[in-house]
Amino acid sequence: MSEAREQILATIRRGLQRGPLAGERREQLEARLAQPPRNLIPARAALPPAEQVELFVTLALAAAATVERVADLAAVPAAVVAFLSREGLPTDLVLAPDPDLTALPWDGQPTLHIERRAAVDGDKTCVASAFAGIAETGTLMLLSGPHSPTTLNFLPDTHIVVLRANRIVGAYEDAWSRLRERGQGMPRTVNWITGPSRSADIEQTIQLGAHGPLRLHIVLADP
Amino acid sequence: MHPTSQTFKANASAALHDAALQRALKNLKSGFPGKRAAAIAKLPEFDALRDAGRDLKNHVLEHLDFYLERFEAQVTAQGGQVHWARDAAEANRIVLDICRAVEARTVTKGKSMVSEEIGLNDFLAANGIEPIETDLGEYIIQLRHEHPSHIIAPAIHLNRDQVADAFHAHHGQYGFTERNENPRALMSEARQVLRQRFLNADVGITGANFCVAETGTTVIVTNEGNGDLTQILPRVHIVLASIEKIAPTLEDVSTFLRLLSRSATGQEITVYTTFSSGPRRPEDVDGPEQFHVVLLDNGRSGMLGGEFQDMLRCIRCSACLNHCPVYGAIGGHAYGWVYPGPMGSVLTPQLIGVDIAGALPNASTFCGRCEDVCPMRIPLPAMMRHWREREFERHLSPAGFRFGLRAWAFFAQRPKLYQSVTRIAARVLRWLGGRNGRIKSLPLAHGWTAWRDLPTPQGQTFQQQWAARQEKRS
Ligand code: SF4
Repeated sequence: MSEAREQILATIRRGLQRGPLAGERREQLEARLAQPPRNLIPARAALPPAEQVELFVTLALAAAATVERVADLAAVPAAVVAFLSREGLPTDLVLAPDPDLTALPWDGQPTLHIERRAAVDGDKTCVASAFAGIAETGTLMLLSGPHSPTTLNFLPDTHIVVLRANRIVGAYEDAWSRLRERGQGMPRTVNWITGPSRSADIEQTIQLGAHGPLRLHIVLADP
Repeated sequence: MHPTSQTFKANASAALHDAALQRALKNLKSGFPGKRAAAIAKLPEFDALRDAGRDLKNHVLEHLDFYLERFEAQVTAQGGQVHWARDAAEANRIVLDICRAVEARTVTKGKSMVSEEIGLNDFLAANGIEPIETDLGEYIIQLRHEHPSHIIAPAIHLNRDQVADAFHAHHGQYGFTERNENPRALMSEARQVLRQRFLNADVGITGANFCVAETGTTVIVTNEGNGDLTQILPRVHIVLASIEKIAPTLEDVSTFLRLLSRSATGQEITVYTTFSSGPRRPEDVDGPEQFHVVLLDNGRSGMLGGEFQDMLRCIRCSACLNHCPVYGAIGGHAYGWVYPGPMGSVLTPQLIGVDIAGALPNASTFCGRCEDVCPMRIPLPAMMRHWREREFERHLSPAGFRFGLRAWAFFAQRPKLYQSVTRIAARVLRWLGGRNGRIKSLPLAHGWTAWRDLPTPQGQTFQQQWAARQEKRS
């Protein structure tokens, strides 16, 4: 199929009335890719950190997620148990095999039955941890990897996400900067998640819980 | 998909008389435009972002060859494969070969308009592979053997009773024997039926809203999560993308994303925005083992450097459809091919030929709403006018229209004659209108008076009134 490739590129160049890019113009484009410039960023994404956390919470709630703030990571297991019992949900949990998550005091919650793995069909509740929260739209950012399988984000009915408050950034661009700072390139999948799954395909009326989770619960841990 | 754009006039008139369609179209008008307006009111920078989006996409188009090559290199570096397709047949063949190589029997699909454009479902089915649409709207119309009538809300032409009928007819085999009209129940039924199909599929096919050159990443936006289950469960993920979907960097995608869902559904962002780069990594515990991107040209490269280049900025948000009085009156199927509404009226003649789709650029009131709302500031009315000019040059416009224009040109070149003829015409029309000031039927103008009355002229031509006014002033 390389014939197709050459022909498509040739037609593009004919339309643009030039040959393959070279020299200075090419270098400019290379430089732009190497150091991606930020375009216009809305003012709402440039708040001071404390207000960013507030904005994140407001917008996540507006997207029909539920949010609970806890004092620190150690308080997460108890908060999860309280949430499950409030909602009348089963106490079987699939936990992302993430050392930061598995190290939490789950042992103090004997009612829970926990497995640490990727999700499979029939899992009711999964707990994963977010790489970042983006205040601009109340969006969670999760990265795939051995510690955070993507299936956890989509197969269960209830998706619980643990987010550290100091991982909340203002703008999408800030989230990309954090990812670049991590220095491991792109993971296979980056998921931005804003609220639980929904559809308006029947008479344009929004119904929550289409193919992904019916509920999205965010446990926001300070700091 | 076999086009029916040739019979646009008849399609449109049938649509106007279709009571169920007219009922369903009310949902469109009461939904999208208001939600879009509310979302934009909350973002003061929206108009400035439109400028930024337009400039960015112009930059992409000016350097499209460079960015496509970079995108390909980055996909490959991460273990994925890029396939180039000049036309629909090549794209279909590529997808089939990939499916055959893994002995695929079923294929789940996220929503993809490119897939509609190349007619992939029929092609796969004809080759013994079952395609399963998983977006709720796409799933409904697949059951009904229909095509999407809208680029983001494919089943917007249907009412809940029609969905209930389709599910009742097909879901008995899964144990759903009762007919239900409740939208919540219908959705939950589809969720249960499709869950098993997601889990069993051999290949997952999605579209791409953007292809990021910097990182070799494809991006999809969805609300249901079906696009994600489609790509993370099967062994193979195939992405169908047309060549203009390029965004240089992740920062640039961010700019487009701020425009896309606000213009489309009026959401600040869709529930899921998913960035996919290559196959699963060796240490990953889930995700696809193979990642393929099919880059489709299908006539787009030929638009560069010409009068339709701006159309390649389109991000398929559907705002122009949602605000179009013609689309709102007749829905999407009347346009007769994959892309309806103003964006379709510009794109379709390019993709399937102006001889087939020539009626579409004429299906416009030239009210300009489409250009006003287009996030990428595409001059849609001007481009529809370009098509009309081309049609005229190529003698493709209807005989009556050509005769009318020629007659007008004859008089316009003879000002004295023009003035006296129009003077007489204005008086005759006034006399015809009588006292109630409306003309109910007029020979040669049936196309107008069949649908609405013609207001009676005041009895004087514009030129007469202008002359009188100038006299008064002096
Ligand atoms: S032409 Fe503009 S308004 Fe219409 S779908 Fe494309 S981007 Fe949206």
